Amino acid sequence: MAAIDISSVGKIYNGGVRAVSDINLDIRDGEFIVLVGPSGCGKSTLLRMVAGLEAISEGKVKIGDRVVNEVEPADRDIAMVFQNYALYPHMSVRQNLEYGLKNRKTPKAEIDERVAEAARMLEIAQYLDRKPRALSGGQRQRVAMGRAIVRKPAVFLFDEPLSNLDAKLRVSMRGEIKRLQRRLGTTSIYVTHDQLEAMTLADRLVVLNGGKIEQVGAPLDVYHTPASTFVASFIGSPAMNLVKGEIHGDRLAIGPGLLSLAGFAPASGAVTVGLRAEDMRLVPAGDNSLPFKVEYAEELGSQRLVHGLIGDQPVTVAVSSEAELASELHLSIDPSRLHFFDAENGKRLAGKAPAATAAPVAGKIQPVA
Amino acid sequence: MAYTTSQPQTGGILSRLGFGARARKPAAQAEEMKRVQFTSPILPYVFLFPQLAVIVIFFYWPSVQALSSSFYIEDPFGFGSTFVGMSNYTDALFSSEYQSIALFTAVFTLLVTFFSLAIGMLLAVKADRIIKGSSTYKTLLIAVYAIAAPVAGLIGMMFFDQHIGTFVKMMSYVGWNMQVGLNYYDTAFAMVVVAVWKQIPYNFIFLLSGLQNVPVSVREAATIDCSSGLRRFWTVTLPLLAPTAFFLLIINVTYALFDTFGLIDVMVKDKPANNPITLVYKVYNDGFRGNDLGGSSAQSVILMIVVFVLTIFQFRFIERRVHYN
Repeated sequence: MAAIDISSVGKIYNGGVRAVSDINLDIRDGEFIVLVGPSGCGKSTLLRMVAGLEAISEGKVKIGDRVVNEVEPADRDIAMVFQNYALYPHMSVRQNLEYGLKNRKTPKAEIDERVAEAARMLEIAQYLDRKPRALSGGQRQRVAMGRAIVRKPAVFLFDEPLSNLDAKLRVSMRGEIKRLQRRLGTTSIYVTHDQLEAMTLADRLVVLNGGKIEQVGAPLDVYHTPASTFVASFIGSPAMNLVKGEIHGDRLAIGPGLLSLAGFAPASGAVTVGLRAEDMRLVPAGDNSLPFKVEYAEELGSQRLVHGLIGDQPVTVAVSSEAELASELHLSIDPSRLHFFDAENGKRLAGKAPAATAAPVAGKIQPVA
Repeated sequence: MAYTTSQPQTGGILSRLGFGARARKPAAQAEEMKRVQFTSPILPYVFLFPQLAVIVIFFYWPSVQALSSSFYIEDPFGFGSTFVGMSNYTDALFSSEYQSIALFTAVFTLLVTFFSLAIGMLLAVKADRIIKGSSTYKTLLIAVYAIAAPVAGLIGMMFFDQHIGTFVKMMSYVGWNMQVGLNYYDTAFAMVVVAVWKQIPYNFIFLLSGLQNVPVSVREAATIDCSSGLRRFWTVTLPLLAPTAFFLLIINVTYALFDTFGLIDVMVKDKPANNPITLVYKVYNDGFRGNDLGGSSAQSVILMIVVFVLTIFQFRFIERRVHYN
């Protein structure tokens, strides 16, 4: 168990390519942190710097109260679960689990005890004498988890551990990882590009983009108050609709539609407006509604995703599967559920609630509670 | 001749390994799917005929010839032959000269195989770790392999030349008066060095590609599990290299036993007697220089049996410990 302190960390590869810049992150003891972002955002690089598999070009990483920049990976008291499991193919499952402990001169009795415990926890006891190649993907993933657990490290590092599994197994393993981490209380950093995995696992989410932190916060805070258009479009499924709008006093114009803001206007002039698909309602034509040209619908069973245009801007709306569809619909939204972003830099403008990381222009007009 | 009998065996090993342990399983499945039905039962044999003919004419026929002539004493001028039973074999096996050459061959094979594999492995591991300028470095090491074998042998020999040899000069500084071609042990030393030197690039290429086939993430997992680099090499990298190493072991033994023929010939051909030679060279010497075809055939049959036993041993006892992915 240990806290992790990442301060001003950056990574510059040979040849001057900058992968990560100026990351500051305080991870509490026992916390489950998920690094999420599109591929190439530097999330894996950051994790690998904590693991010691990549040299740290700038800044400091502290695990517990020890700066580990120059410490060998094996001496950092971490365990890592890799995307392709990285099991030792020539060793049996038991040998895989024992390997890290044997190299640390753990007494034989204790090794046996820990292996037995991990095998029971992960339900892999019956495979202990098999070679990894005789196991299925899900079983290999469990062994990889077991290899981390037996070590009883201060920190677990997960590098997209579920992305090689099929969808159904991914969901069940996700739950299992969360349960195990709760039970063991080990500080964990988890890297994924899957926002759903990030939302469900994280105590705190770290959204990365272009090697920089876009937003840090609890999953629901990030969902409800995304700090930028990037976070807004990345977190949540379907992605938040982002459309161009213009605020005139207390009215918001989107394409041909006009909405009353009821005092929620955070600025005036051109803004980017964020509309969550599930926040919009179908209403009869009239004032205070947005005309919506339907293009096609996707049936999801519990709901229906309708894709179409407001003016010439594409928008997706989630409606109940019973709702009647016509070629032309009208949408309305509670002004408190609108998200406003600066049209230039995409930063959040205070609308509904103050953002977790304050946007530069935020707070000009305080939201009405 | 025994020299040729090694060929089908190594060919078999090559195809068995199939180069790429990874490809094994899909290959097996593909085999199932690719099974072709011929309309005529003779047709497949017609297609196989050229290959079979080559094997029979160049491998089995000479072997049978060697086997049969090993029971005869041939008239040196080709006027006839006399059946002598096993006496060619007993003559060879119980002569002290044959025994000492056999001993030298064993030591020579052991040394050449060990050092060419060990040095090749060391270079491969080091080359694998280089980050800057790695391709230049690797190319330089591999380039030796591109030089034709006789040329390489000649260059190797020049190191040990009595007048211009760099190695001879160097050794004279530490008080070793090397006389390659005159002194038995000096010649043996030079033979081993040149034979090893010629084989290193070959081993290097295979071991380097073997190393690069070890998944990066497995190595990374090992760096998290084990802080000692040497221990990681012995417990993770080397076992994963085992298929490559096993293949090379067989190739290197074969090389040391048979393919060093040309090298030995260059070294001892025009030198006085009392130089070390290997069994294969003795087969050639007795058969083509001494015109003792019967004795030479008996020796090559003995060699065939040795190789046969060695190969069975390698597959039985070593391959069992080899892990294929």
